Amino acid sequence: MSAPLLTVADLSVRFRMSGGRTVAAVRDVSFTLAAGQCLALVGESGCGKSVLASALLGLLPGNAQVRGAVHTDGRELLAADEDVLAREVRGRRIGLIPQSPAGHLTPVRTVRSQLAETVRELTGVRGSGLPDAVAAAAARAAFPSDHLDRYPHELSGGLAQRAATALALVGDAPLLIADEPTTGLDRELVDRTVDELRRHADDGRGLLVITHDLSAAARIADRVAVMYAGRVVELADAKGFFGSPGPRHPYAAGLLAALPEREFTPIPGMPPELDALPEGCAFAPRCGRASAACARRPELTDGLACHHALDPAHA
Amino acid sequence: MLELRAVTAGYDRRTPVLRDVDLTVADGEAVGLLGPSGCGKSTLARVAALLHRPDAGEVRLAGTPVPGFRHRAPRALRTTVGVVFQQPRQAADPRLTLRDLIAEPLRATGRAAEVADRLAELAPTVGLGGDLLTRGPHEVSDGQLQRACVARALVLRPRLLICDEMTAMLDASTTAALVGVVEDYRAATGAALLAVGHDRVLLDRWCDRVTHLASGSSARA
Ligand code: SF4
Repeated sequence: MSAPLLTVADLSVRFRMSGGRTVAAVRDVSFTLAAGQCLALVGESGCGKSVLASALLGLLPGNAQVRGAVHTDGRELLAADEDVLAREVRGRRIGLIPQSPAGHLTPVRTVRSQLAETVRELTGVRGSGLPDAVAAAAARAAFPSDHLDRYPHELSGGLAQRAATALALVGDAPLLIADEPTTGLDRELVDRTVDELRRHADDGRGLLVITHDLSAAARIADRVAVMYAGRVVELADAKGFFGSPGPRHPYAAGLLAALPEREFTPIPGMPPELDALPEGCAFAPRCGRASAACARRPELTDGLACHHALDPAHA
Repeated sequence: MLELRAVTAGYDRRTPVLRDVDLTVADGEAVGLLGPSGCGKSTLARVAALLHRPDAGEVRLAGTPVPGFRHRAPRALRTTVGVVFQQPRQAADPRLTLRDLIAEPLRATGRAAEVADRLAELAPTVGLGGDLLTRGPHEVSDGQLQRACVARALVLRPRLLICDEMTAMLDASTTAALVGVVEDYRAATGAALLAVGHDRVLLDRWCDRVTHLASGSSARA
């Protein structure tokens, strides 16, 4: 296997808050992503998954403290300065498909004008070659050419998503990060958006999808990382995770069981506050399998951070 | 409980998003309204919640024809309905604590004396413990804020609940928890439900029956 496109090693992000509070949003997260592969990072809102995406792109606010290392293309990103990230990484090495495309597009400019600017900036194409390059950029994200002269507010949610995706693809970045790409879309549109994203992985890109939508994750991902309270608690092959043998971490199992097509029963309680995490396993107060051993923090070993993991194969 | 007859509504009379829509929710019934984005289902939810005046048609609530909408809706009818929206951050006044957010409908209807009792009942029901009630919307997660919005919708003990994409932003566990809160309330009070959404699997599991609102056309349900 070739070297991974993206290597995240022991990434931690803390925020210093007023009153001396510290919020540990991401803790000791490690994973790799290969070309042609899609990794879905799933978890509930506030579990740290969006902070993680911002950290990879160098888009954290000033009160963030970052530890660890992120490598792509022989370059370490966490230590890189903003200038390098803006000129050489964002858009060129890593394309971001944002959470709310409408908010990411400039409201007062047509899709064509925004695409043209990005094409000029990232590919250097200008003059007579520009119209064709813009048309090609739109086509790559299946954005209809007869909608290019529309303004963002004249687009449906699905088309706004495609416009944002087209922008993210212009620089032909080998790595794409999609942050909650399906929020607010109806199910048919979710399926279509997810299938279109999947195509970019099949074209050889690495695709990191951050989502709380488990059905979308099941549809798109090769691998799935489940985050809870800032940590990855299970990292598994998506097929086995969503199908058979199923999840092994009690939190992951609870999350899947909560789906309306499964038991539709919630996990009791709520996730812990990130400024007051327990010493041991952060899931212990909600976990039916917790024991005294869980007062010691379980490390992620062989894709699992739990002292009493489920053994679905022998259940 | 709720009857919409030949309702046409929108934001521009020339291009209504809803045309000639009929919808009935019987007493105690849970009806799911399914439709793609942009089909007007949120407009329909706003009409049913008396928050948007239709251009044509009739709305009956608890057997009474609705004479006015928004601030023109009679208080007795307005308080019959509780509403939860998709985006808790847009629905919640950022200056209020969660406690005041939940209590606000009581205060607005001159029932401030009930605030303490009602909060003591509702906070554990929606799972808001500890100091969460003293925090502002920006100090809690989307899921926690939506729990507060559900408590707010229940605070006046409505006979009809309207949930417009209540769980679209939420993870599976919080979704199941909040649907559970709504269903416990309905089981205890016999309240009816109109759940608007785009997730067929969810609405099929949640509601007695599910009806479809097609894009730009009318629904007969
Ligand atoms: S380590 Fe213990 S408390 Fe944590 S998930 Fe595993 S069994 Fe539950």
